[in-house]
Amino acid sequence: MDNLRELYQELILDHARKPHNFGALADATHHAHGYNPLCGDEITVHLKTRADGTIENITFQGQGCAISTAAASVMTDMVKNKPATEEEKIFQAFHSAVTGQGGEENLPTKLKVFAGVRDYPMRVKCATLPWHTLHAAMHNQNEATTE
Amino acid sequence: MGVVTPFPHKEVHQARQDFPLFEQQPYLAFLDTAASAQKPRQVLAAIENCYAQHYANIHRGVYKLSQEATAAYEGARQTVAEFIHAEAREIVFTRNATESINLVASTWGRKNLKAGDVVLLSELEHHANIVPWHMLREELGIELRVIPIGDDGGITFDAFENALCEKVKLLAVTHMSNALGTCPPVAEMVKVCKTRGVTTLVDGCQAVIHNIVDVKALGCDFYVFSGHKLYGPTGIGVLYGRYELLDAMPPYQGGGDMIRTVAFDKVTYAPPPSKFEAGTPHIAGAVGLAAAVDYLNSYGCENIFAYEDTLFAYATKQLQTIEGLTLYGMHQSRKAVLSFTVEGLHPHDMGTILDQYGVCVRAGHHCAQPLMKRLGVPATTRASIGLYNTKADIDQLMTAIKKAKDLFAHG
Repeated sequence: MDNLRELYQELILDHARKPHNFGALADATHHAHGYNPLCGDEITVHLKTRADGTIENITFQGQGCAISTAAASVMTDMVKNKPATEEEKIFQAFHSAVTGQGGEENLPTKLKVFAGVRDYPMRVKCATLPWHTLHAAMHNQNEATTE
Repeated sequence: MGVVTPFPHKEVHQARQDFPLFEQQPYLAFLDTAASAQKPRQVLAAIENCYAQHYANIHRGVYKLSQEATAAYEGARQTVAEFIHAEAREIVFTRNATESINLVASTWGRKNLKAGDVVLLSELEHHANIVPWHMLREELGIELRVIPIGDDGGITFDAFENALCEKVKLLAVTHMSNALGTCPPVAEMVKVCKTRGVTTLVDGCQAVIHNIVDVKALGCDFYVFSGHKLYGPTGIGVLYGRYELLDAMPPYQGGGDMIRTVAFDKVTYAPPPSKFEAGTPHIAGAVGLAAAVDYLNSYGCENIFAYEDTLFAYATKQLQTIEGLTLYGMHQSRKAVLSFTVEGLHPHDMGTILDQYGVCVRAGHHCAQPLMKRLGVPATTRASIGLYNTKADIDQLMTAIKKAKDLFAHG
């Protein structure tokens, strides 16, 4: 079915099968645990930042559906070696796109594959959970939730 | 002379026609009855009729319309009582099973439990039969003890006996697991509890839609269920309590209808069940629930349950042919619920994909997080059967699962 293919694009399935940056991070400076109480998805984001706030390294652990795993995987790829301000900007654009508030035009190419999520309101939180968790880690909050 | 029909009941396989939803969506495979059932036309008509023709506030109305409404409400209580072989005065209408359990916890529990007493639960419990007792633990210092399940999701009598100790004052246990469909040996458990002076509460939310329930034969002190899973409306639930217990319990909420006399310095309470029904109740809800019971009786519950069992056996057999699919809770007591995972496919992805193929299932922890933890899975996909389901629904589920596997295998 076409709309399913749009949601579950090959790139999403690839990331879900073999997530990038999956695992612990020995010298992490920040951690946060994210939880979606509705479905039980869990993610822990580990960060190592430089003094200037740039994300030097990032990994994640946890369990979740294909959408949340792929979102976490792509997210870690995208924010690595980026300054904190850049992360905020990307998250805002991503959040607007998947909740249907904003267009795809501001979305970095790598994140465009997630645009199909906006047609599935029940799944939006799957896509945003990793980002909320990253946000919590950056701001030294240990817990993030999608509620 | 009228024609005597050889079969007193309508045929169950025709029941689907009674549901307006399936008239609009003939190919919808609705497999989420364990969460809430669809409503037959007969129930909808009874609710409309209640509001359109016989509606007024109940009790104390001196005019005919109020008397009609009162008769309908109290008649509903009688119908529900007969359905589970209880007396009408032992039936308290609540919002749902959750409220029924909370009512028992906050009245019977507060009066009869003290620090150190144990409430015995099972690993199968729905959050609704865990959290109210946890709240009493915080408040009174009682303890919770849990009867473990086997790997097959069943509870053995031995496991129950091992968990029983002197301090157990209440057994609060499900009659049928909402997440797995397995049924603990509740009758045997209640029998032992009675000899040891342990009070018993049975959560019948699932059991009441797939079994004949006879609370007198079962011998339990409390039995709770919701109307909306029994093809009735939302917002109406049932608490059965043995009259002697209800009579000795303090009231739940204060207000109109639950009193005998009120003065500013003294209040006396009405006898059960009114004592527990403060304020204007869900009159149309009770009437709708009674219509649902009448509806089930028009097919004959035995016939419905036999039909569902056959369909369930078919569904189980079919699902077992799918490679990489694991069914949970394969204990021989299982009924009507198919809880499964498919290798490489998260239940939420499965749920979304099945929906695209017109199959409604639930994906998640099914309000039974301790059970999911015990099974070692974060979530399962759950398909559950109701009287309107057919083999075609199961075949549609099979096709959709195969499509989901395909999508994830090849992209």
